[in-house]
Amino acid sequence: MIRLLDHVGRGLGIAVLTALLAACAHQTGTVVLLPEKDGRNTAVAVRQGDQEVVLAEPYAAARQTTSGPRAYTSSPQEVQALFGAALAAQPSRPTSFTLYFNEGGDAFTDASRLILADVFSEIAKHPVPDIVVVGHTDRVGSDVFNDALALRRAETVRTMLIGRGLSPASIVAVGRGKREPLVPTPDGVAEPRNRRVEIIVR
Amino acid sequence: MAIPFGPLRYALVAVFAAGLAAPVGAAEIGQIKIAKGQVSIERNGQILPGEVGGRLQPSDVLKTGADGSVGITMSDNTLLSAGPNSILSLDRYVFDSTTQQGQFDASLQKGSLAVISGRIAKQSPDAMKVRTPSSVLGVRGTEFVVSADD
Repeated sequence: MIRLLDHVGRGLGIAVLTALLAACAHQTGTVVLLPEKDGRNTAVAVRQGDQEVVLAEPYAAARQTTSGPRAYTSSPQEVQALFGAALAAQPSRPTSFTLYFNEGGDAFTDASRLILADVFSEIAKHPVPDIVVVGHTDRVGSDVFNDALALRRAETVRTMLIGRGLSPASIVAVGRGKREPLVPTPDGVAEPRNRRVEIIVR
Repeated sequence: MAIPFGPLRYALVAVFAAGLAAPVGAAEIGQIKIAKGQVSIERNGQILPGEVGGRLQPSDVLKTGADGSVGITMSDNTLLSAGPNSILSLDRYVFDSTTQQGQFDASLQKGSLAVISGRIAKQSPDAMKVRTPSSVLGVRGTEFVVSADD
């Protein structure tokens, strides 16, 4: 009897396992590449097992099937039907403002003072704003020098924003040094437009 | 207390430095910007309410109910938003804000997800992956949607 039960148990175990495997095999899903607002090139590679489909055009799509990913062309209607709720919950895109600095220091130009009003009106639109202040330098000097200068510029702006009433916990200062010049130049070139701080509101 | 010179002193300094660095929010990787209906965060075996303004940590799992949806902004500007009946894990997230190098692995165990990739994917195209139970997405950019059906 016990032996029989054991067999039944084993049989059940195998049945459950088979059902689970079938469920896994039938697990499906859809991936759709969406159009890019500014027309940049984008792509998503969908790999299922050893098969891969690369989506590189707006509404290029792949559906997972038991025999691998199947490429097709989706539509705005299908995207809305399948993903309307997820898209409706998308946070607003980060907004960026740029302030410029006088050479080698952390005082900003007069024109940049005016931009601050825009920054505050943008912040007011966000229920839970978090703000990233990113310092940049021109390409004069070493990475070590420029990383420190970039961070110092960012921290100056962070302190100023806190002084104007923003919560310290909501603002982070980071330095990008000379890695991301607005105007590409050879190393060692003084370029006022690269001496800047971005305020990203999100 | 006099701290002797030598390795112990360095070890103590390291411990203090780590202790000071941690509470500043080094572990915070993103923030909930939008939450509708039922939204929860599973963190270290605990279930926390997923509220607007809530900060996220690596390994957090976000769950939405039948009436729920949630939108989050990551520190690299990646935007993720999940529709109803979704389970989204932030499996791995590393981001250096100076070099903008990083690694982001997320998985959608079920439900629906909209993505706008951020700095991590822009800096190195293989650095962001989104997994579903049946597939792995290599994110070269930028806007896409993905679902995982039961």
